[in-house]
Amino acid sequence: MVDSKIHTASASLPTAKDAYDHASNSIVRDDILVIGNGMVGHHFVEQLREQNPSISLRVLSGEPRLAYDRVHLSEFFSGKSADDLAMTTPQRYHSLKVSFETDAWVSHIDKTAKVVTTKCGAKYAYEKLVLATGSYPFVPPIPGNDQPHCLVYRTIEDLHAIKASAKVSKVGVVVGGGLLGLEAANALKEAGLETHVVEFAPQLMAVQLDGSGGRVLRDKINQLGVHVHTQKATQEIIEGHACRYRMNFADGTFLDTDMILFSAGIRPSDALAKAHELAIGARGGIVIDDHCLTSDDSIYAIGECALWQQRIYGLVAPGYTMARAAVSHILNGITPATIKFAGADMSTKLKLMGVEVGSIGDAHAKTPNSLSYTYENQPLGIYKKIVVDATQLKLLGAVLVGDTSDYDTLLQYALNDIDLPEFPESLILPMSDNAVPALGADALPMTATICSCHNVSKADIVSAIDAGNNDLGAIKTCTKASSGCGGCSALLKNVVDSELQKRGVDIKKDICEHFAHSRQELFHVVKVEGINTFDALISKHGKGLGCEVCKPAAASIFASVYNDYILKNEHVGLQDTNDIFLGNMQKDGTYSVVPRVPGGEITPEKLILLGQVAKDYGLYTKITGGQRVDLFGARVEDLPDIWERLVLGGFETGHAYAKALRTVKSCVGSTWCRYGVQDSVGQAIDLENRYKGLRAPHKIKFAVSGCTRECAEAQSKDIGIIATDNGWNLYVCGNGGMKPRHGDLFATDLDTQTLVRYIDRILSFYVKTADRLQRTSVWMDNMEGGLAYLQDVIINDSLHIAHELEAQMQAVVDTYQCEWKTAIATPESRKRFRHFVNSTETDSNITFVQERGQIRPATEQEKREINIVELA
Amino acid sequence: MTTTSPAAGFTQSTSTNADFIMGQKRSIQNMTRVCSINDLIHNTGICALVDKIQVAIFLLKDSAGNISLHALSNWDPIGKANVMYRGLIGSINDDPVICSPLYKQHYSLLTGKCTENDQIRLSVFSCCIEENAVFVSVSSDIAIRN
Repeated sequence: MVDSKIHTASASLPTAKDAYDHASNSIVRDDILVIGNGMVGHHFVEQLREQNPSISLRVLSGEPRLAYDRVHLSEFFSGKSADDLAMTTPQRYHSLKVSFETDAWVSHIDKTAKVVTTKCGAKYAYEKLVLATGSYPFVPPIPGNDQPHCLVYRTIEDLHAIKASAKVSKVGVVVGGGLLGLEAANALKEAGLETHVVEFAPQLMAVQLDGSGGRVLRDKINQLGVHVHTQKATQEIIEGHACRYRMNFADGTFLDTDMILFSAGIRPSDALAKAHELAIGARGGIVIDDHCLTSDDSIYAIGECALWQQRIYGLVAPGYTMARAAVSHILNGITPATIKFAGADMSTKLKLMGVEVGSIGDAHAKTPNSLSYTYENQPLGIYKKIVVDATQLKLLGAVLVGDTSDYDTLLQYALNDIDLPEFPESLILPMSDNAVPALGADALPMTATICSCHNVSKADIVSAIDAGNNDLGAIKTCTKASSGCGGCSALLKNVVDSELQKRGVDIKKDICEHFAHSRQELFHVVKVEGINTFDALISKHGKGLGCEVCKPAAASIFASVYNDYILKNEHVGLQDTNDIFLGNMQKDGTYSVVPRVPGGEITPEKLILLGQVAKDYGLYTKITGGQRVDLFGARVEDLPDIWERLVLGGFETGHAYAKALRTVKSCVGSTWCRYGVQDSVGQAIDLENRYKGLRAPHKIKFAVSGCTRECAEAQSKDIGIIATDNGWNLYVCGNGGMKPRHGDLFATDLDTQTLVRYIDRILSFYVKTADRLQRTSVWMDNMEGGLAYLQDVIINDSLHIAHELEAQMQAVVDTYQCEWKTAIATPESRKRFRHFVNSTETDSNITFVQERGQIRPATEQEKREINIVELA
Repeated sequence: MTTTSPAAGFTQSTSTNADFIMGQKRSIQNMTRVCSINDLIHNTGICALVDKIQVAIFLLKDSAGNISLHALSNWDPIGKANVMYRGLIGSINDDPVICSPLYKQHYSLLTGKCTENDQIRLSVFSCCIEENAVFVSVSSDIAIRN
């Protein structure tokens, strides 16, 4: 009854409140009081507000800040700030009319008076109380576990402590080889520590993986330089010899370390509920029913603190479902439409240190009479297993390590009870001619859950489309699908594309209004029909005069296919702002000059020449991130003379102006460095000289590191190469910029010949098939099958095009020319580098002022002041 | 003001809408010779200094072989630099435009109007080709009347 009262009377509950007012005017009171502002507590707040904008709502957070994304906590170590991880802001809560207190740790609940008291004595009255207190890390009772550098991994405050400790540590140990433990190990590795994982069980991720899956994962993680020790029971932590501490294990071995992170599981934060006599499970957890009600009918519990049918759910998606169930019961009472919590699927897909891991349903084949199929590829470190029922018709569970591209399809089979194909093993075997295609979006029933974080079904997506949302972005905003863990993004895109297509919505890939073709189609047309001018291309396949989109794209395609001199008369009008004058135009119309410095290696003579040229032409100089020197402020008419001197001194163009190979960055490598294991500089120079001049849909950057310390930051490049004792590890499709992305490990321990062959194929394939201005990362992510598919094409030659791709690259390599060298030797080209066709005057608008001993462009204000002085 | 001569190929005159049509010839008495036709490349621009005004000059050739000459102010009013002649030539719905090399706004080669901001336009000047030479006059902004 109270439920419906809240629902109808919204913010006012006269009787109860009057009583409080009478008893104590100073106690704040709210209809709903939420203790805890983790991800689940926050989800409760958002859901409640969405459904009822006026009910009075207060949140007490024990942490010093509002909700943040704990799932992606380890990204704190790869550069994300607390603000980046935040899921809400005080401003947003204010605008939602949500009252909140931070640092408000609740220490007492008076269930009769319905009042809670915080540690500092503040009292808050409630009508309904929601416990979203989450969990705390379990620290095994090992003597010595309370020392200063023994830490846990749960909150942003913990991360600050870990960061501080990591700064004064060289070696770190994570106790616990579960999902969270490996996340924590990744954090230590990111912080630059020699990292060890100590696990009591015989394998990693024992909850999600079977023995074989655990073994493959262990191998992969070892390969990444993290040392894994299983079946180790820590007996004590004492003073260390080589390091700060020593961990003594039950088997007599020991490990020295500077810091220890405990991540040996979580325990529900149920102390408050326990102390105030709410029903608690035998092994902890606040007992709840299907509505998330505790043993007190005014108190709910949701998330990791709650125990439903003897189970704790330690994932965010079930917590969100609990939050929705609690909201539904509070606002509506019990009706047929009331959402209940009915347990949750604990399937997970994640990437640990770049290793893909997936686990679905009955991963351990515990169901009686169940049968399994397994596939293992040791060279690539891939393990897949599916568990089916005795009839071989239904999928019960799956384990995926090293390649989770089948996860979405398998999950749909398991969740929706879809009948398996005749040969279930075809679901996990590598693509072959008789492979069963992935379960298409059309085959899914309307009830199929597409996004489990936000509980979005196929039907929800279809109704969003019917409501007029006709692109992926709008559907994401409207349904929230794919805005949680993001694991369903590929599946969501398939469903949306397929539904849009059914409704006759053309999914346009036209490059612009002048061509009804994608870049890939234009590339094909140019190559097959032998078209080599824009005039021919547009008169045959397009219309109008072209534009700044299709012209540079055509120029890039011509360059990739024929590698002509780009300033030939028939090509010059196609070039974009920077290409057309072979320099990067700056805001005032001057250019920057960037000669190539392969691998970042440069002689003193060349450095002196750069300095002398900069001095003679009054240029501003700055070192670039790509290990070369940028000379700014060159007037268009000075460019040929500047380059003439540079070319004479042995420099070539750096293509800084082009969508092309930019730089191959390198660390100093084994030649000088005490730690280097291969000659990274030599490799970088060879690679840069091979691929220089290659034009592509977007810029391409490489780096080569001489050892696993990765000083060249190769994992942030399109092509990243890291030396190993046995050769080279190849990483692909990383990038910096607005949305940084680490490269994916593509192949390991390659010799130079194989390395070059793979890079030839990857880049040719990219040039041939990518969209305009599509970086390699987006290109690969958009491929169905992603990394695994690309590996299949490049390594296994699954499309039988490897030879063609290599030949295409060799043709580009063989026809390389330095564009600046050609330009200064071609009078026709040289003539174009002038500001006025009819005068030798210079552009009077270009004005410089001095700053820190060099020039910079004058601001508009400064230009006005300079003019006034001159007039006076 | 306008005389016609079937022999003159590329001409643009100053006084009527018909000025934009090819095949007309006008007096070049008050115009400035800026360069030879050989200094121009189809579908690119050059810049000339005429009475202290920077003029961007573009020679267009469409896929049917039609040729036209256009002269506009070289000042990019949004990027605030003298760079319009370095932009890319294109078309929007068959109208010829020049795209700013700095921030990529489009300006009609016929009216100077900015596609992205109708408060902004470039001056359009009269120009013609006579006996293999390019002539420009900056005495009036010929698009203002339109």
